[in-house]
Amino acid sequence: MIINNPGVIPDVYIVADNILSPIGKTTNENLQSLKQNISAVKHHTDLDITPDPIAAALFEPNSVNIVKNYTKFENLLISSISDVINQLPQGYLGDKTVLIVSSTKGNISLLETEKHTEALNNRMALHTSAQLVTDHFGFVNKPIIISNACISGVMAILTGMRLIQSGQYENAVVAGADVISKFVLSGFQSFQALSSTVCRPFDKERTGLNLGEGAATVVLSSRKQNDTDVKVSSGAISNDANHISGPSRTGEELGFAIKKALLDAGITAHDVDYISTHGTATNYNDEMEANAINFAGLQHVLANSLKGYYGHTLGAAGLIESIIATYAIKDGLIFPSLGYAENGVSKPINICTQLTHMPVKHVLKTASGFGGCNAAMIFSK
Amino acid sequence: MAAQKYITATCSISNNQVHLNGEQVFAGNSKTVDELLLSIYQHFHFSYPKFHKMDNLSKLGWLTAELLLKDFNEQNYHAEQVGTVLANANASLDMDLRYYDSLKDVPSPSLFVYTLPNIVAGEICIRHNFKGENAFFVQPSFDADFIHRQVSYLLDKNILQACICGWIDVLGQEYTAKLFLVEKIKKENAAEFSVEKIKSPL
Repeated sequence: MIINNPGVIPDVYIVADNILSPIGKTTNENLQSLKQNISAVKHHTDLDITPDPIAAALFEPNSVNIVKNYTKFENLLISSISDVINQLPQGYLGDKTVLIVSSTKGNISLLETEKHTEALNNRMALHTSAQLVTDHFGFVNKPIIISNACISGVMAILTGMRLIQSGQYENAVVAGADVISKFVLSGFQSFQALSSTVCRPFDKERTGLNLGEGAATVVLSSRKQNDTDVKVSSGAISNDANHISGPSRTGEELGFAIKKALLDAGITAHDVDYISTHGTATNYNDEMEANAINFAGLQHVLANSLKGYYGHTLGAAGLIESIIATYAIKDGLIFPSLGYAENGVSKPINICTQLTHMPVKHVLKTASGFGGCNAAMIFSK
Repeated sequence: MAAQKYITATCSISNNQVHLNGEQVFAGNSKTVDELLLSIYQHFHFSYPKFHKMDNLSKLGWLTAELLLKDFNEQNYHAEQVGTVLANANASLDMDLRYYDSLKDVPSPSLFVYTLPNIVAGEICIRHNFKGENAFFVQPSFDADFIHRQVSYLLDKNILQACICGWIDVLGQEYTAKLFLVEKIKKENAAEFSVEKIKSPL
């Protein structure tokens, strides 16, 4: 018996998943939308949160199930987590389960609708939301909250993987969400980072990113549920130490995280079948990421960005994109990178332009964010 | 395998005082956080023009790290071997409120960029050229057990060889910073890295 042997590091699997986005309430609904090239990014001209016309991926008003006492952000988390729990046998998530929440701005939109008081400060706090969600589902352990800019979702999966591998928990419910508010939108507008049309990651004509709303959840476990469950092999995080809002000029730091993740997974660049990039469609991000991919010797590997479908969903992005990446392994299906026609970065990169059927064993997921942070993860068959 | 880990430096800023390695090295009488942060900067004759454009969370973290790393020998490590594990209760709410207030006028990207709690880690990394893992957690109060586990994992698995960890929180006129430098090299007066040690006041 090797079970319960403290010397053995358990493998960690994704045993249930949910994507809650404007183009689907379940992962399957989202996959069906992607297969039909449906994008959640729409033109909006009459939003309360901005006087300007914008292209963004937003939930229709009243489409998010609002349960009394919970905010929109918390309801997104609760809806997404409810779906994963329904996928598991009753009682599967026992006492050795931890909730990990990923978000950049959580309840920040309350500043726009509520009177500012000291009580509101506490109501807005990410730890308040995480505890409400924990209590809602009756999880017994203290929740963990990660707020590490746009790598939060990927980092949350990595944190869950480590907590299970170190034996502290058997399962981790890893959920992320962000809501697009006046606060967030005005900030990205001030950076002149937004595209007025559906974004075009890595394309020559790219003009910036779209913001998006969404939530997603994965349940990580040391106990495989199905033969097809995808393994979370490894992950690594680095910092550019260059600039708080501009990425590294060389991409070496993300490249370093990628190399470290490959090493920890026990594979080489030749073993990677598909890269799910961060690909925000800003000039700087895409250039840096292409540099990093070349630095790690992965320029021939088929890659895409899902930002043309979902926009940038901030704290949910790493989770949504990781889930789609695991279905590349399960279904042997890689989606075209919406908006890409001609290479617009100075290093070669192999962007997927049509729905591609191929066997996929190892996937690399990358992410980068303000503060100079980078993340890379490997998912495997 | 568990490696031997030591706290090789500590630094805290709270109640108008700075403590470095257990000794009070500054006591002020500032009425506001802004005033206090500037007086600490001036007292120690720091010269880092970027400091002045930072938000209070980054200034507080930057100052604490600057003192914490006074005797740190960066030559001992590759850039990728040094990282940060930080936490607080209020994320970037102090700056969020200021940024939200500024929306009455023209939104400023230089304010907006600080509306993320991990920017303080970015500022510390830029200053010291640390390129290793950096993580920012939000907790209702300092969870010494959790931080200890996280940092131990990173050092035991050789993901990092040195880690700056602790708590940096600012909201309005309330502030607390408490940082630890954790290394595998035993230095004079170094204490073993333990939950009890990081729980106790500095």
